[in-house]
Order: sequence, then structure tokens, then C-alpha cells
Amino acid sequence: MTKTVLKGAITSVAILAGAGMALAEGNLVINGDLELTTEAPAPSHIEGLTTVYSGWVFRDSFTQAMEMDDFDNPGMLFVDAGEDMWNEPAGTSGKACADCHGDASESMAGVRAVYPKWNEAAGEVRTLEMQINACRTENQGAEALKYGKGDIVSLEAYISMQSRGMPMNVAIDGPVADVWAQGKQMYYTRTGQLELSCASCHEENYGNLIRAETLSQGQTNGFPVYRIKDSVLTSAAGRFVGCVRDTKAETYKIDSSDFVALELYVASRGNGLSVEGVSVRN
Amino acid sequence: MAENVTPRVRVPSSAAAGEVITIKTLISHIMESGQRKDGDGNLIPRSIINRFTCDFNGQNVIDVTLEPAISTNPYFEFQAQVPEAGTYTFTWYDDDGSVYTDTKDIAIG
Repeated sequence: MTKTVLKGAITSVAILAGAGMALAEGNLVINGDLELTTEAPAPSHIEGLTTVYSGWVFRDSFTQAMEMDDFDNPGMLFVDAGEDMWNEPAGTSGKACADCHGDASESMAGVRAVYPKWNEAAGEVRTLEMQINACRTENQGAEALKYGKGDIVSLEAYISMQSRGMPMNVAIDGPVADVWAQGKQMYYTRTGQLELSCASCHEENYGNLIRAETLSQGQTNGFPVYRIKDSVLTSAAGRFVGCVRDTKAETYKIDSSDFVALELYVASRGNGLSVEGVSVRN
Repeated sequence: MAENVTPRVRVPSSAAAGEVITIKTLISHIMESGQRKDGDGNLIPRSIINRFTCDFNGQNVIDVTLEPAISTNPYFEFQAQVPEAGTYTFTWYDDDGSVYTDTKDIAIG
């Protein structure tokens, strides 16, 4: 990727050039054989961007390299834990995920790429975390897990890995249209004492520095993400809490319908980028 | 006892005689330092991997003492010269007395 590619952010180019910084050259290739799409034309429903970039391109070469080799990607430890959960009976039913869904590499292939999505039976938009919990409480007779970090994200990571390399393809029309519109409204609404909207940083200023960090486009195709600063996996909802808090606002509840709407809208902004399974970020 | 402790090792499957190879190891472990307190102000007991060794055909390659400040999931990357075909044995020693081992064979060719 070159600086001239950043047509959507002219100011970014100037500042990057001024600081002597360049976004990474080269492609995201996992284990030397699976190339992921980290740059794609923006979907037509996104007005503010011409090109969408995975958060990977904004990170330094050391962080990027960690994601390019599964051995060096600490997120893989959580994928292993998620696989154990997949095969382990839970709740009063004594059933494991595998008892109904079988081999995850077949049954879960492509799942991560289309979430959040409409659930017809429940009449609501569900994130992958919500779907996992619904399955646990309704089918397994197990307790719901807390969103954001921990076991649910390990399981989400294992499911997500089955779609690695597939393009994000979240539906925005039909029954989800209203929720999507709500998410869009939230994305462009300034909030908190700093009066920042999501767009203030991730649409108008991606590639620029915020204090010592380079702002990404805030794409969610890489989630769950292993954050080096936390040394655990975080889901998109968990990250949203941190991001809203950083605007010095009261955050929404992590399991609120507000964050579901936002997660749907933000996911749709990354349609065309590859699901990264588990990514590594700052 | 530390939970979900899983060792992982990467060694090339073959090398030329005398070649220097890179070995990577990672073990999932909480590495609780013993310095932190829980919500009630009580000290959380120390629980770390305190020693890591690698041997090749019975000969020691590396022997590391780990201290409480080392972060969770300790990762080691080091180089070793391969004199002959054989087996690498990796051993991690836990504070609780557990010993975790993994082995990898390497061929010459």
C-alpha cells in the first residue's frame, strides 16, 4: 500500500508524509499461503470512504508480523480454548456445540462473514455473541456468558477461524434496515465530553495520529482481536465500550440493542474485507 | 493449579547437518506474579513457570530460570545447531510441581 492510495484522506497523506511515516507495504499473508484482503473498494452504502482498509495496514511491522504466522499469533491460544469449548458438553442438556453442529470447519464456514444478521424466529438482529448465548440458554441449558472478553470470545474466535479469508458480507436491507439505519445514525452522532463521533476519528482522520497511535478505519473484520495491551481477546462489542468511553461518554451497556445496531452498521462498512479469524492489534 | 496449560513448539522437520535452526516455543500460562491483590485486598498467590529447558538427544541446549515479572504465556525463540538426526525435548516446570513436556523429531536431509 502506498500513500497515494489514501485518496479519501488527503490530510492524512500530508501528515503521514510530514511525520516521515508510511503505512505498511505488502500484503497480509498467513503462514505463507493464505492471502487476506486488507484493501477493497468501499461498499456503495458508505458515502464517506472510497477505499476500506483492514486495521492491519495501520499497525507497525512487528504487530503485523505477529498476525502473519499462527505460531506467533497469541490469539491462537484462545482459538484452541474455543475448540475445547466446542467439543465439551455444557449445561443441563449435556450437549456440546459439536453434538448439533458437527464439524465446525463445515457447519461454521462462512458464518462469521455474515454476522450480525437477522434471526427470523427471534425477530431480532443478533451478533455472533448473542447467537452463542441464545444457543447456550435455549438449546444447551447452560448459563449465558458475559460479552466482551473471556470464554464467549474464545468460542467466537474458534467459529470465526472457520471463515478466515472469506469476504465480509453483512446484509443491510430487508428486516435489518431499521437497525442498520439506527447504527448509522449512532456512527455519525457526536458524543461525550470530547464531542467525537465514530466518524470523527475513523472516517475523517484514519491514518492520522491520535496521541501516539495511528487511527484505523475502525473496521471489525479482524475481530475477535488479540490486543497486545490487554493480552486477551476482545470482541467488537467489548471494543466499542472502550471506544465510547474514550470520548468521555457514558457507554451503552455491552449487551444493549444500541451496540447491536452499531456493530451491524460498522460490520457493513467492511463488506469486502476478509474475515481475519483472530487478528493482532496494539 | 494453573489451568489450561498447553505447550506448543515449532521445530523444522529436517535440517542439514551442522545447520543452525530457529526453535520457537510457547506455553499458555497465567504467570501470576504473587505481587497482585484481589478485590478484597488479599494477595493472589504466585503461580508461574519457573524453569524451561530444551535438550537434544540427552544434551542440554538451553536452561532458563523464569522470574515473576515475566508476562503471561511465556514465549521463547532461540537458535540451535543440529549435529545429527534426533529428538528435541522441551520441559516446563510449574510452581505447583507440574511438569509439562513436548518432543519434536528432526531429520537430516
